[in-house]
Amino acid sequence: MSHWIIAPVILPALLAPVIGFVMRHDISMARIASLTGAALVVAIATGLALTAAGGETLVYRLGDWPAPFGIVLVLDRLSAMMVLLTSLLALIVLAHAVATGWDARGQHFHALFQFQIMGLVGAFLTGDIFNLFVFFEILLIASYGLMIHGGGQARLRAGLQYVVINLAGSTLFLFALGVLYAATGTLNIADLARVMEGIEPDDASLVRVAAMLLMVVFAVKAALFPVQFWLPGAYANAPAPVAALFAIMTKVGAYAIIRVHTLVFGPGAGATADIASTWLFPAALVTIAIGAFGVLGARRLMPMVAFSVVGSMGALLLAVSAFTPTALAAAFYYLVHSTFAAAALFLVADLVLTRRGDERLLALPPTVQNGLFAALFFAAAIAMAGMPPLSGFLGKLLVLDALRAPGQIGWAWSAILIGSLLTILGFARAGSTLFWKSTAVDTEATTTTAATPLQLAPAMVALAMLAGLTAFAGPLTAQFQHTADQLFDRGGYVGAVLGASPPEPTTDAATVPASSEEN
Amino acid sequence: MELVIATSIGALTAGGVYLILRLRAFPVILGLALLSYAVNLFLFASGRLAVNMPPVLDKYGDASYTDPLPQALVLTAIVISFGMTAVLVMVALGAFVESGDDRINTEEDAPEGDDEPTEAPR
Repeated sequence: MSHWIIAPVILPALLAPVIGFVMRHDISMARIASLTGAALVVAIATGLALTAAGGETLVYRLGDWPAPFGIVLVLDRLSAMMVLLTSLLALIVLAHAVATGWDARGQHFHALFQFQIMGLVGAFLTGDIFNLFVFFEILLIASYGLMIHGGGQARLRAGLQYVVINLAGSTLFLFALGVLYAATGTLNIADLARVMEGIEPDDASLVRVAAMLLMVVFAVKAALFPVQFWLPGAYANAPAPVAALFAIMTKVGAYAIIRVHTLVFGPGAGATADIASTWLFPAALVTIAIGAFGVLGARRLMPMVAFSVVGSMGALLLAVSAFTPTALAAAFYYLVHSTFAAAALFLVADLVLTRRGDERLLALPPTVQNGLFAALFFAAAIAMAGMPPLSGFLGKLLVLDALRAPGQIGWAWSAILIGSLLTILGFARAGSTLFWKSTAVDTEATTTTAATPLQLAPAMVALAMLAGLTAFAGPLTAQFQHTADQLFDRGGYVGAVLGASPPEPTTDAATVPASSEEN
Repeated sequence: MELVIATSIGALTAGGVYLILRLRAFPVILGLALLSYAVNLFLFASGRLAVNMPPVLDKYGDASYTDPLPQALVLTAIVISFGMTAVLVMVALGAFVESGDDRINTEEDAPEGDDEPTEAPR
């Protein structure tokens, strides 16, 4: 059974070269292989999520090396949830890309897509922080290719900026890892958590530097103020299905903050306890404001959706910054919601923009199926803005409910509530311009092809996920509460990874960490 | 030894940071290359500096050895930064061929008719 943990990493890794080399001239074969692969990853991820739901932390040792020396993959409730979310989103987005023909506008879409899935799943599963860096690079290098898929001047420019900012981020990540290794002598997350409890005062300042550097790196990925500026340009110029897939990329940053800053630098870690929340809270507040004003001020549809993603990351990280089990449970619900909501918005925006031919928010002659597109946009927008009846409302309610400490309530509540109001205003204005005022334009409607049911289905499935998230909110929040509780059970995680591993570390191996620290 | 390593990491980082703040693609690529050299040296030094030591324990448990793990980390980092630089050069070349200049800022925030780009209003 335990070998299944690595299956969602191996399967796309094997499939991608096959698609890239063998099927590069046959788009239909590549489509079948890619869709089958994504569906298989969903099946495996479902199995893993059901296994992890029992509450056990499963460890997969690569090459069967015992934990601090070898690389481990760790499956707990949080990583299983993220893998399942990734695989579902990937399947929806892939179906949209195939149905609308986006995948045929450039080369190697499917191979890059599989590598992207591999990097994402690996980043969520790994239990080693250097391995996290490697999986970050895999998902980034695939995303560079996807970002400039289809070409075009604006897209290549935006892609160049995206590559540069992420390379700078990767360099910072390596600096942080160097500092961390110099201070602690290990890079295994569980081992780091163990070492951090007894860190000496001399090393504590170094470790604090590493913690803040890691925070900045993950903030770049999560588009947190002051390093959020790359996101609107990149997402707005990326191909729409790729932008929809990138909805999970910001969550990788949020996941890394949650994982590292609860397990390693979290409460109880002595020197670095609560170092993150001091900075995360104000940064998240500003991020919400930037997102809200961006939505209000955007003159084109795609940047508007991109800014709403920035705003949702702000709300998500505001919940994370409390670092309590209740707040994290709320954050998990909002994380799943905002991923599907952002994807749905990008997919609907793609359907609309393909038929309008003009990205600006102007009153143009109505396109075919104006009513249908209006309804889809309306549903996705109210989900994103956080209005009832969809899950955005419940998510924001849970976040607000969790942030009731005296120092938080004023700032957090006003930021989220005013931010939501501005987002609603922005979306309402955009929607009425796009779909309603358009009907008053007298000029002859241009003939565009109607969207086939197959092209509409992925966006509808993404919206259905939101509906499901709303309908089953009770059981799901209970499950997310268990997830958060398990995350705060540091002893359980460390014990599962380091202790009770069947092949006992030999005495030879046991002397290595001690001497490498002294050396 | 420590002084040489520390000053070279510092100089490489300073040069790299200065160069990636330019608005042309070419200096930015050079700057990222310099930064990756700096970080490779830094990672190498994170296992403590030891001269003329083997990266393995000898069988009598003598503790005089240099830490092999940073060397493995550096190898990984070198391979990754090498690949990333290649990708970056390809993307930058694509952007240059498409638009005819190698400015790194996008059209909407580029100042009108500026040949030597200064800070873009944003």
